Amino acid sequence: MFSAEVLPVIFVGLMGLAVVVYAILDGYDLGVGILLPMNEAQESDRDTMIASIGPFWDANETWLVLAIGLLLIAFPAAHSLIMMHLYLPVAFMLIGLIMRGVAFDFRAKAAIDHKLAWDRAFKIGSILTAMMQGYMLGQYVVGFHTDLSSVLFSILSALGVTAAYAYIGACWLIMKTEENLQGYAIKWARMCGRITFAGVVLVSLVNPLVNPGVFDRWFTFPLVMFITLIPAMCFFAFIFNDILLARLPKHNDRHCWLPFIMVAGIFILCFSALAFSFFPYIVPGKMTIWSAASATESLSFILWGALIVVPVILSYTLFSYKVFYGKATELHYH
Amino acid sequence: MLDTLMLSRMQFAVNISFHILFPTITIALCWFVFFFKLRFDQTKNPIWMRAYRFWVKVLALTFALGVVSGITMSFQFGTNWPGYMETVGNIAGPLLGYEVLTAFFLEATFLGIMLFGIHRVPSKVHTFAALMVALGTTLSAFWILALDSWMQTPAGYELRDGVVHAIDWWAVIFNPSFPYRLAHMLVASGLTASFLVAGLSAYRMLQGDTKQAPKLALKAALIVAAILAPTQAFLGDLHGLNTLEHQPQKVAAMEGVWHTETGAPLLLFAVPDEKNKTNHFEIGLPNMASLILTHDMNGEIKGLNEFENNHPPVAPVFYGFRVMVGLGVLMWATAWFAFYQLSKQKTLPKRTLRWIHWMTFSGWFATLAGWYVTEIGRQPWLATGILKTIDAVTPVAPANVGLSLTLYIVVYVFLLAAYVHTLHLMARRSSLVEEFEPSLAGPHAVHHTGAA
Repeated sequence: MFSAEVLPVIFVGLMGLAVVVYAILDGYDLGVGILLPMNEAQESDRDTMIASIGPFWDANETWLVLAIGLLLIAFPAAHSLIMMHLYLPVAFMLIGLIMRGVAFDFRAKAAIDHKLAWDRAFKIGSILTAMMQGYMLGQYVVGFHTDLSSVLFSILSALGVTAAYAYIGACWLIMKTEENLQGYAIKWARMCGRITFAGVVLVSLVNPLVNPGVFDRWFTFPLVMFITLIPAMCFFAFIFNDILLARLPKHNDRHCWLPFIMVAGIFILCFSALAFSFFPYIVPGKMTIWSAASATESLSFILWGALIVVPVILSYTLFSYKVFYGKATELHYH
Repeated sequence: MLDTLMLSRMQFAVNISFHILFPTITIALCWFVFFFKLRFDQTKNPIWMRAYRFWVKVLALTFALGVVSGITMSFQFGTNWPGYMETVGNIAGPLLGYEVLTAFFLEATFLGIMLFGIHRVPSKVHTFAALMVALGTTLSAFWILALDSWMQTPAGYELRDGVVHAIDWWAVIFNPSFPYRLAHMLVASGLTASFLVAGLSAYRMLQGDTKQAPKLALKAALIVAAILAPTQAFLGDLHGLNTLEHQPQKVAAMEGVWHTETGAPLLLFAVPDEKNKTNHFEIGLPNMASLILTHDMNGEIKGLNEFENNHPPVAPVFYGFRVMVGLGVLMWATAWFAFYQLSKQKTLPKRTLRWIHWMTFSGWFATLAGWYVTEIGRQPWLATGILKTIDAVTPVAPANVGLSLTLYIVVYVFLLAAYVHTLHLMARRSSLVEEFEPSLAGPHAVHHTGAA
């Protein structure tokens, strides 16, 4: 039905979809964890913030399992190579994910005097996860080199991704909270937005410099005319959102959802730019999607299932967001 | 100094042992919780709602631990066992993929609705969400056991240039040991969850909780356990016969048979001696192993001598099997005895309650012991006859694996202690909660009040 030429392209597309959905969805709930205020007086703010992601975090993390699963299923050779190079950051990220995932449930059930400790674990776990994902992104871009400048770049990338998650997390909170907490969220969003902007600019400058193939791809005439639309749109989205945030909150909480949509858009644009830089390489400069792909019959077998199941997943995910539409203040755990 | 192979094996064992504890509970606890909610819908009796409320919280906590430790599992293949996916990825990939697609999203999304949506969706939709969660966890067991069984008894494939290619997906999924292993594991989950429900309910009653909900949950759990325990013995026997047919070296290790013999005794206890290929301190029932395995007193059982350099280490398999069977018998006896007492006297004496509380986590130990038997029993193969464990391991430096392993052990020991502690804390706290929700049962139903 599908040829050995086409299947890897379809699968890299599916994987890209899973990665970008993961970055947006788990991005906002990691961001909420990163932003958690730790002074004792703000316990009710913490309760509201965590309640806002309560019904979603578990399904959000499943997109990571899907993304890594698709890499494993469709491009096993690339999966092995990447995981081998990123052994320790992956281990630290997993520890972070474990800490925040369990803290979320323990905080609601532990003795009162342990609650703050679990909140702390939630925050530290979220930061650790975001930093490690950013570090891995940096390492991926520089081709897994571990010389000083590559590591420095990866650390900057770690800070950038952490800021980006905090940015989308803050915008999620603007949509899901009210009054004082919403006020904080607007401030957080402006600050994190600017840091994220700096990070995106930096990665965009370094990427073509360290990867000659990427430079050629971006600065070849006449494609350059068309493709510079991506960074241009991204730039305007940042500026527009910054101006919008300065005007929030508006009367009747109008446009409280708009910053979140803008940041989701920024995430999609940044990811498209990265994908455009590297396609058809799955490991930059080393391995293409065709050389890393699994057997055709295995890819067809899973594709048919995916074509049926993914729309079902998307529809019940939308149903879930519809059920929990509105402010998080009235969300209680039962 | 330990090498990367040994450290990676230990890390995989630590990760998967920790992980399996939680799905073993949730797979069946989901059905318990669904049952409580369904009974509430049918009877409108608020006691069912109380039982639901308490156990759904236990489910949420257990589920969270299962999810995070499961994410770790999904990375293990690439970080520590690259040779695994390179050789059998064409089979393992799609099976894992179907688990994510059909099970993980289903259970995760509907769990959100189940936990937070009870006042936001109609009761029927909420019950449907509970059903979807239960279905999701069971489907997840289906796919992962299909893969594990395929590694034990591969079928429906061919090798091209040393790489496995699927030729018949039906044969891959329904490979020879799959139906037995799936049934055995689902029933193991049922037993583990019913002893957890019974144990914590008994604990609540011992703490002086005189409400109806723990009594009801205890009774339901004991009935389930009393039915499942003998069922498990029957399924285990079938599974053993299936193993004898397809992996005789595993059975030889389980029974401690070093040399092929007829009329082999059933060893209740022994100390296997790998070096001298014999057992010490044997206590056995004459001819019984032959009778059980071949249904003939003088049947022949192949010994480990027929599988030179191709059989698993004997001691862990031999002991693991005895721990599993011993605990299974103990659980069976406990369930029947308690059920008998309950039907005679309507209430259980303190001594029995205390014993049931002691047995709260017995299912964990039995399940782990069983998994050690079957997975260590698969060695030296990773996928029987296709790939040896030693050929799949990563070239990552041992220091890195040592570091990650140490971190995992520290985190897991801490989390396990926190989990057991928190379950008991929740049980103690629930005795302070009102028996009935005034909003659900009307103002006159409140006959036991306390701090909410």
